[in-house]
Amino acid sequence: MQAVNLTKTLVLSAVVALAAGCSTTSTTTDGGVAGAGNGTGTGGASSYGVSGGGVSGGAVVTAEDLKQLRTVFYFDFDKAVVRQDGFNDLEAHARYLSQNPSASVRLEGHADERGTREYNIALGERRAKSVERLLVVNGASASQVETVSYGEEKPAVLGHDAQSWSQNRRVELKYLSK
Amino acid sequence: MVIFKRVVAAMLMVLVVSVARAELVVEVTQGVEAPTSVAVVPFGNDTGQALPEDVAAIVQQDLGRSGFFQPMLRDNMLGFPTRSEDIFFRDWRLAKMDYVIIGRARAQDDGQIRIEFELHDVLREQAMLSEQVTTARDNLRDAAHLVADRLFERLTGLKGAFSTRIVYVTAEQLGPKRQRFRLQMADWDGARARTILESSEPILSPVWSMDGSKLAYVSFETGKPSIYVQYLASGRRERIQSFPGLNGAPAWSPDGNQLALVLSRDGNPEVYVLDLRSRQLQRITRHYGIDTEPSWSPDGRSLIFTSDRGGQPQIYQLDLASRDLKRLTFQGNYNARGRLTQDGRFLAMVHRSGGGGNGFDIAVQDLKTDRVDVLTQSAMAESPSIAPNGSVVIYATQEGTKGVLAAVSLDGRVQFRMPAVSGDVREPAWSPYLR
Repeated sequence: MQAVNLTKTLVLSAVVALAAGCSTTSTTTDGGVAGAGNGTGTGGASSYGVSGGGVSGGAVVTAEDLKQLRTVFYFDFDKAVVRQDGFNDLEAHARYLSQNPSASVRLEGHADERGTREYNIALGERRAKSVERLLVVNGASASQVETVSYGEEKPAVLGHDAQSWSQNRRVELKYLSK
Repeated sequence: MVIFKRVVAAMLMVLVVSVARAELVVEVTQGVEAPTSVAVVPFGNDTGQALPEDVAAIVQQDLGRSGFFQPMLRDNMLGFPTRSEDIFFRDWRLAKMDYVIIGRARAQDDGQIRIEFELHDVLREQAMLSEQVTTARDNLRDAAHLVADRLFERLTGLKGAFSTRIVYVTAEQLGPKRQRFRLQMADWDGARARTILESSEPILSPVWSMDGSKLAYVSFETGKPSIYVQYLASGRRERIQSFPGLNGAPAWSPDGNQLALVLSRDGNPEVYVLDLRSRQLQRITRHYGIDTEPSWSPDGRSLIFTSDRGGQPQIYQLDLASRDLKRLTFQGNYNARGRLTQDGRFLAMVHRSGGGGNGFDIAVQDLKTDRVDVLTQSAMAESPSIAPNGSVVIYATQEGTKGVLAAVSLDGRVQFRMPAVSGDVREPAWSPYLR
């Protein structure tokens, strides 16, 4: 079941990444044309390998651009599937990482307080790994990404209601170096 | 005869009985039998000085919290005899007491305090036990728990667990992003708490070795989770070899030579067993789901653990020799962090019934009959840990917005809260017998 979800996630991420890439090509110059399956687009579009090597290339993401990107990604209860609304930003983070090989991130997985602590640590790790996989599929190198799970030990919000829980089921992406 | 039956019933409640009596266990867990009534009369004080502790009050609380006894309130007592010749059995019979406990403190020449105590059968008007405990003046709590252990054993035939300790973790929010975590140790009733580890990063999953000499726990003090072993006598710590990813959920084998733990170094959380002498690591589970929270069966032959391989967290048992895997829990949509009683028969766990109920409770499953009893009515119960004699389960829950410790007798009848401490309290772990 999880495997199926994951596959779906990866396919979706690739699709969304493609769309995102296209929408930015008109306003930025081509950059980072790397990897296999270079795009043939005429409007400065770059490569979009949808399978295997993943999506790479795309518009240049600057350190300034990073400030506009989301760094916290939320999850459903007992689930580790990255929600679609996070794909665009994660793809941009991945692109930045692929364009800046010395940059690296730490992904901190978290869970809400419901359920047992060690299970939640495992769940937080699974969430961090889901995000890691999206980054790698979209061009980041695995060596640029490290994961750690805090389970329910470091809530973002201290409340004990559905609203708080939804904000605590998350992965925080933190740059260790840019 | 009635008394005898009650004592037997009390013994059954702790659920360490033979197969032949299995049908009676069900009756008791349904709450048919009343607890045995006892009067713990305030102890006399012949020392000539005020004592720092009320020994009889501690004994009374211990016996009451075990779930086996219904102690009489002091306000209802007609007299406070401290010697057997002063007991008017007729009065206690009228008050429907089965047993009366009396005692007195005396000063010894060496400055120690001697606690003399007696147990009397009200119907038979007979002394059942007359013993004494000698202790230093500042150690009266230990003496009181020891007195309770002796009385408990005489009345139930089971070893008392009142001289045991618990460890637990507290968390305090010091600022927006600043927390203080403490690993604390206390008497089983929460008294005399002291800090044995403090960190600005999370501490979790403390467990006792079976000989009670050391703890294993998870600490994030390096920014990543690692398993540590801490020796209680010296405070010395050592870090168990760490691997990339998760390092969690340690559990000592009954012989103390092995540590079950959870690592994700092979991709996702799996249960491993580390031999502490050879440092050899053996992978136990092999599944893409989450496998975590291992705990040993008391005979050391199998591990129980939580896995979501079936779609939701449920508890499984793996035979270490044959590698046969068995799912233990089927009721409810969330069963996790199982712990077995020392006779291996009962499984305490975090349970969510599903359907209408959305809260997390502590439940006990009889592995012989698969009957499940939900012991709490809590939204957020977790971390059950069982007394070494199987009488009581301690667990963490929430009161208002604060994490607190609570306990419930294994038959669900007696519930009580541990004394409040500052911060959120969680992750209680009950020691084995310490003497």
